Amino acid sequence: MSDSIDIINAFALMTNFVILPALSYGSQLALGALAVTLVYSILRFSNFAQGDSMAFGTMIVILLTGFMIGKGWTITGIPTALLVIPIAVIGTSIYMLTMDRLVYRHYRRIKVKQNIVGITASIGVMFITGGIVRFILGASPQRFEDGERFIFSVREFKAFTGLEQGIALKTSQFLTITIAILLVAFLFYFLQKTKTGKAMRAYSDNTELALLSGIDPDKVVQITWLLVAALTTIAGALYGLDKGFAPQQYHLLLLPIFASVIVGGIGSPLGAIAGAFLVSFSEVLLTYAYKKFLIYLLPLSMHPNSLVQLIGTEYKYAISFVILVTVLLIRPTGLLKGKVIDGD
Amino acid sequence: MAYLEGTNLVAAYGVVPILHECSVEVEKGELAVIVGPNGAGKSTVMRVLLGMLEATAGEVKLDGQDISMLSTQERISQGLAFVPQNKNVFPSMTVEENLEMGGFLRLDDINKTIEEVYSLFPILYEKRKQLAEELSGGQRQQVAFGRAMMTQPSVMLLDEPTAGVSPIVMDEIFSNILDVRNAGMAVLMVEQNAQQALNIADKGYVLVSGRNEHTGTGSELINDPEVRKKFLGG
Ligand SMILES: Nc1ncnc2c1ncn2[C@@H]1O[C@H](COP(=O)(O)OP(=O)(O)O)[C@@H](O)[C@H]1O
Ligand SMILES: [Mg+2]
Repeated sequence: MSDSIDIINAFALMTNFVILPALSYGSQLALGALAVTLVYSILRFSNFAQGDSMAFGTMIVILLTGFMIGKGWTITGIPTALLVIPIAVIGTSIYMLTMDRLVYRHYRRIKVKQNIVGITASIGVMFITGGIVRFILGASPQRFEDGERFIFSVREFKAFTGLEQGIALKTSQFLTITIAILLVAFLFYFLQKTKTGKAMRAYSDNTELALLSGIDPDKVVQITWLLVAALTTIAGALYGLDKGFAPQQYHLLLLPIFASVIVGGIGSPLGAIAGAFLVSFSEVLLTYAYKKFLIYLLPLSMHPNSLVQLIGTEYKYAISFVILVTVLLIRPTGLLKGKVIDGD
Repeated sequence: MAYLEGTNLVAAYGVVPILHECSVEVEKGELAVIVGPNGAGKSTVMRVLLGMLEATAGEVKLDGQDISMLSTQERISQGLAFVPQNKNVFPSMTVEENLEMGGFLRLDDINKTIEEVYSLFPILYEKRKQLAEELSGGQRQQVAFGRAMMTQPSVMLLDEPTAGVSPIVMDEIFSNILDVRNAGMAVLMVEQNAQQALNIADKGYVLVSGRNEHTGTGSELINDPEVRKKFLGG
């Protein structure tokens, strides 16, 4: 390690340990946050079952992946999980539509205090869903990533650039970022340009006038759940490919996802995405140990002895929580001026 | 037998009775106006005609057919259109999207109808890419009216279409309403500006506490001393 200032290696280090992980984590949160935003805007409640629903979707992916690998139906280099996502989306859609029929529809028809009632109902669905996942897969962590693990590895990067500090691009990171961009582009196109998407926005904007325009509320609700199922399953699968699957971990994702939604301004899709990256970068930047980074940048005499880590990784959920509380206190409408969450 | 008839309508919100055997009707090519004090049940009559509130007695007929059992959506597709008193636009959608949503049920080309709305309200063409929430009160009422026009209805129900607009815009909206009436549509309108509305109305209803208090042609009501004293300010 040199004792002079080395900006390029410092940047490579940051890219490898902060920027790429935060970008992929942020993308996963963004998809989850968009699902919460859709449910909030159209079904008018804050869906506390989001984290466990992501576990449910991922469970189907894991089961199908195991089945495919068992049969030898794989494609070299491509994670099998990716191939089974479409089927898993269908499975999750069926589950969500069933839950809507069994639980949410009843409360939607009563039409009082929709958010607070919906939250309460979704907490029930959260426990049921989490229970189903643990019953089928067990509670212990597992990995389901196969195929090529890296687009390029640290060693390949070093050999190519001659830098001391390497950057690796994991397949899961690359897939996460690419798929998130494609999915978000599709979602925005769908909502902005298609007749069905516009009808969903109209329903969200002014339900009574939507009914007066002949928009079918049942269809709007069904399509919403289909989109939510796709976002949820894909977010869960990408998170699992990246960090491994554990039901408890998914359950806890609810906190950063809600922080993203509320920071961005609830009800605003763009806000949800912005919020997701704010949360992910805060989490990664605050829990990263800066020792090596500072050694690259500071003269020898100033090299730190400690890890220079602001917050231990075990406290990372506290970061979402602090962000959440701060926003609610200072700017309840969020960055992009969404709605203020209320009991109705 | 008129084109749209609500006969002896009785309705309540929960246990609170609002309408007591209230009747209104309107013929094609006719403008009927409902006036009356605040809370008289004028908006409630509209809601019952549209099936947004179930009547406990009475019936609604369209072109001789009993439509009392039809859902709001079915009544819309049968040719009823409604501009509600409040929240009558999609605020975070553009003017053009508001009109598109009005034509949601139509399977044919709606662009021609959009052009017609623009020629009726040229300002809306200028503002077509703007969000409805960014418009002035008068422009918003025009969007609301335009949205209802998009289904090419045979009956137009308007609940205070001139609320919160300037006198000039009010005259404009009234003249648009007369245009669609002259084109053969049946128009039933609730209005706060009773004097002006009765002036242009073919037929008027004065509603008090959910009951028909006075009925007559526009000029009959304007010239009725009792109506003048109680509802038209002398
Ligand atoms: N959704 C509702 N729930 C309960 N009462 C209502 C509701 N809407 C209106 N009312 C009551 O019904 C009565 C008639 O209301 P409305 O038809 O809106 O009167 P108008 O349009 O003539 O001013 C009023 O006393 C009003 O307070
Ligand atoms: Mg009213």
